[in-house]
Amino acid sequence: MQLGPIDYGLWLTGFLLEAFVVVSAFLRRDFLRYFSLNLYMLGVAVVTWGQYHYIHAYGFNSRTYFYYFYYSDGLLYILMYFVVIHFYTQLFVEMNVSRYIRGAAVILLAATAFFSYIVVHQSKDHLTTRFVVELEQNLNFVGVVLIYLLWGAILKLRETRTRLIQLVLALGICYSATAGAYALRNLFPDAYILRWIPPVMGVWLPLAWAYTFTKVPEDARLATARLLARAR
Amino acid sequence: MIAALICVISIATFLQFFVSYSRSILASTRKVQLSDRVREVTGIAAHEIAADDFARLLQLLRLCPERGDDQTEIRAVGTYYGLLHILGDVSRSIVPSVAAWTEQERQSCSYFAAVALDRRISYSRDLLTQQGGDRS
Repeated sequence: MQLGPIDYGLWLTGFLLEAFVVVSAFLRRDFLRYFSLNLYMLGVAVVTWGQYHYIHAYGFNSRTYFYYFYYSDGLLYILMYFVVIHFYTQLFVEMNVSRYIRGAAVILLAATAFFSYIVVHQSKDHLTTRFVVELEQNLNFVGVVLIYLLWGAILKLRETRTRLIQLVLALGICYSATAGAYALRNLFPDAYILRWIPPVMGVWLPLAWAYTFTKVPEDARLATARLLARAR
Repeated sequence: MIAALICVISIATFLQFFVSYSRSILASTRKVQLSDRVREVTGIAAHEIAADDFARLLQLLRLCPERGDDQTEIRAVGTYYGLLHILGDVSRSIVPSVAAWTEQERQSCSYFAAVALDRRISYSRDLLTQQGGDRS
């Protein structure tokens, strides 16, 4: 399979937006305040650059690129967990429970890593694209569940910080769309159009975060009740 | 079986996240009062902004010079409006309450477009004033 100009366009756009989020955080002197988020963006940017390098050097269908994609994505999931934990600690900042959140997060991360190790160890002789798609689907889905629980807590606690709300929702959109796309690819392996969803979401997340950081002030407030869609 | 279950749950959560995200953008303009100028330009001085005004307002928006910082939100709201349009058409005869809700949401989208247009008109006037000042 050959990559076309749209693939490269999405890559470049995603990379530039990821770099923009990190650089603008530095310029605003916000890098440490949103450290895990910026680290995640930096990680995604480095991985995106690495993917480009490996495809050019070894080709899209090479084993080298396959393993690079596989391992780097695993590392990005760990960073994403840190982002979600950061959002949880921000949400529960007044309750002084960050110690417990960190403890729970370490246990969850260790459990996920252990589970993934067992799955990979059992399948090490047949690490196929289909297997990777299934693993990606599961890891994304864990992310979706974590973000959905976070969203539920935001609604329950009537959180009003617009920035936090938009950052969490943008991450939720990204992970639910990606998990859905991988699940659909599992069900319909020949559906070519589904291949586009993860790269599009790779552009969406830094775009939405860049928008939030540049347009929504830190002290902006929003009533969460307004966000609940109810048909009367 | 597991893939189908994950697929259904992911699509449901995606829709919920997307609707909430779009509403968080719309909420920022809800309290903004439209100027008389934009009411005059759009012909909505006498009546409330209707759900179907969105396309017309978007065309007017495209005629104004871009401010450069509102494209993302306009695109997000445009996508939301399109989805609501489809949902409204599908649900009209099956679930009228959902159709009524989509109508209300589309109206909010139109109001958002009117506010964006108002901002662009103000921006264009400022640009003209600035250019006039530079010449003199």
